[in-house]
Amino acid sequence: MRQRSLIAITAALAAGALTLTACGSRDSGDKGSDSDNGGSTVVIGVDAPLTGDLSAMGLGIKNSADLAVRNANKQKLVKGVTFKIEALDDQKQPSQGQQNATKLVADSNVLGVVGPLNSSVAESMQKVFDDAKLVEVSPANTGPALTQGANWQTKKVRPYKSYFRTATTDAIQGPFAAQYVFNTAKKKKVFVIDDKKTYGAGLAGTFTEEFKKLGGKVVGTEHINPDTTDFSAVATKVKNSGADVVYYGGEYPQAGPLSKQIKAAGAKIPLVGGDGINDATYGKLAGPEATGDLATSVGAPVESLPSAKQFVSDYKAAGYKDEFSAYGGYSYDSAWAIIEAVKKVVEDNGGKLPSDARAKVTAAMQNVSFDGVTGKVSFDEFGDATNKQLTVYAVKNGAFTAVKSGTFTG
Amino acid sequence: MNELPQQLVNGLLLGSMYGLVAIGYTMVYGIVQLINFAHGEIFMTGAFGALTVYAYILPDGTSMWVALPLMLIGAVLVAVLVAVGAERFAYRPLRTAPRLAPLITAIGLSLALQQAVWAWYPEAKSARTFPQINGGPFHLGSVTIQTGDVFLIIAAPISMAVLAYFVMKTRTGRGMQATAQDPDTAKLMGIDTDRIIVVAFALGAAFAAIGGVAYGLKYGQIDFRMGFILGLKAFTAAVLGGIGNIYGAMIGGVVLGVAETLATAYIADIPGMDKFGSQSWADVWAFVLLILVLLFRPQGLLGERVADRA
Repeated sequence: MRQRSLIAITAALAAGALTLTACGSRDSGDKGSDSDNGGSTVVIGVDAPLTGDLSAMGLGIKNSADLAVRNANKQKLVKGVTFKIEALDDQKQPSQGQQNATKLVADSNVLGVVGPLNSSVAESMQKVFDDAKLVEVSPANTGPALTQGANWQTKKVRPYKSYFRTATTDAIQGPFAAQYVFNTAKKKKVFVIDDKKTYGAGLAGTFTEEFKKLGGKVVGTEHINPDTTDFSAVATKVKNSGADVVYYGGEYPQAGPLSKQIKAAGAKIPLVGGDGINDATYGKLAGPEATGDLATSVGAPVESLPSAKQFVSDYKAAGYKDEFSAYGGYSYDSAWAIIEAVKKVVEDNGGKLPSDARAKVTAAMQNVSFDGVTGKVSFDEFGDATNKQLTVYAVKNGAFTAVKSGTFTG
Repeated sequence: MNELPQQLVNGLLLGSMYGLVAIGYTMVYGIVQLINFAHGEIFMTGAFGALTVYAYILPDGTSMWVALPLMLIGAVLVAVLVAVGAERFAYRPLRTAPRLAPLITAIGLSLALQQAVWAWYPEAKSARTFPQINGGPFHLGSVTIQTGDVFLIIAAPISMAVLAYFVMKTRTGRGMQATAQDPDTAKLMGIDTDRIIVVAFALGAAFAAIGGVAYGLKYGQIDFRMGFILGLKAFTAAVLGGIGNIYGAMIGGVVLGVAETLATAYIADIPGMDKFGSQSWADVWAFVLLILVLLFRPQGLLGERVADRA
């Protein structure tokens, strides 16, 4: 009997472990700034997936925030205050994100947090930060409910006063993609796939709604399991559905192989996705057949903005090992917004940090306005970026190249 | 168009890969009653071994026809080294310990190997591209077979045949059978059981390495986490087929692969089941199948009802 009960235990273990996705080690926070002399130190927390399959984007976020902090220290932007970052790895897990949030809240030097990358992680962190009145600025969350409440389609209510973002929402990104696919690319039959996460499912939902409204037809839907790489069954379904375009709500580690396998199955149709697939790794994973695949992304392309030239050259000069990736510019701006808010608070308090600095910084954030890497940075009454520009990118020679920028209007 | 033949082929390919990895689970379990959860990572290190040969040892632009055999040797070498090392340093000291101790060691080893590759293999923090065979796809009626899959179609049955020959006909193979039946008596008959156990680990690792190369050729990419879920699936396949039975591992793999694929393809078409049919539910159906099989045949599809050891 012992043998059989051992199998039962291990089978249960195996099933349980299937729900575990990422297992990564933790990167102890980078001490990015110079040591302070005398004045007070303000810590800007960074939360992003620094290990696992989204680490390319996560490390870009961390490095860009670090760069903002270095520049602020170099310029002595806030007298008597030295900034430094404390980067934590959330492994794209909401549970880990919440632990990180608790850890950051416990450190009284932390006056603002940049991150996270995933909307699902943000959901688990918002309340922890709000209870501590600690301001959080995400460079990448696009889930509309984060700023406009669960019923954002009918009645917008801001759930947390401490949450801001420099990224545009899916409520804008999905329809923007639908209009481009239907009107410009002239595709009428779509197969919609998502990964069931907050971000992917939300994006697929807003895309589908607008695509149908425009007169397009959804010939099939599918939800994939983001833990696998075998999408051959889904690819065969796509091929037989007669779709002329695939929309994928999700991220590049799955989107790349998915695109490759759809084309291999014989459906030579483009895959369209959101900012989650707009990463240099995508072209590598999807292979040469991916030429013509599309991705929308928030804001104008960082490399093309004059305001961003400085960022790109600074980033190169700083010698980071990893690319700044899709959210680099937004991360820099997020960190800079926190720095600006701290500056305002310190100046209003006669050059010193007040005792209730966290609440004051959160209040000051609402009125922050400056010209950042990605253009004008300021926040509306929900904490969303007022900059609502989006860009369509297409894969050319294995990399995403900007094809069209625009502002989405209703 | 009828997509059933294509979906069956998709499932067969996926299942063959599960089967190749499952052989390692089942052989090690058959001999030392250890569920080697690090086996998925041995599969992963095998794939990285093949990549190392291609990317860092062979000159750039070597033809795949030349490179593939060398990559296979590299893969098998690395995987066997890791597996034998694990046996020698992690499992052998625990041979007489309660069964849960080596099991937990295996889980720890699995995480350690993943993190080691993540940390020290160049650029392994995100997926690495794996060299591809040019040419193709092949069409057989309505079925398309990718060039990368051809290797799997050829390698899986050949591996199976070689293994069957080895276990049935050679001295070492018969020694393995004897050790599986009763290690103490086998020892009394002059069989070096320690050597047999090492051979079982090495053979399992070699098949996992072949599976790792097949994975790379099929999906065009490998990453440090590739062995985790696949290892669990292969373990499931081994249990489904009857753990301890090497043919059962292959059959279990194929049944599991086909079940997952068909669940993805067809469950959504059943009226009222559209919510439960997407690929994200395929694992659920695969485990439902496993539970059903174990309810009616607790020994697995091909397992024999063996008397529990005293």
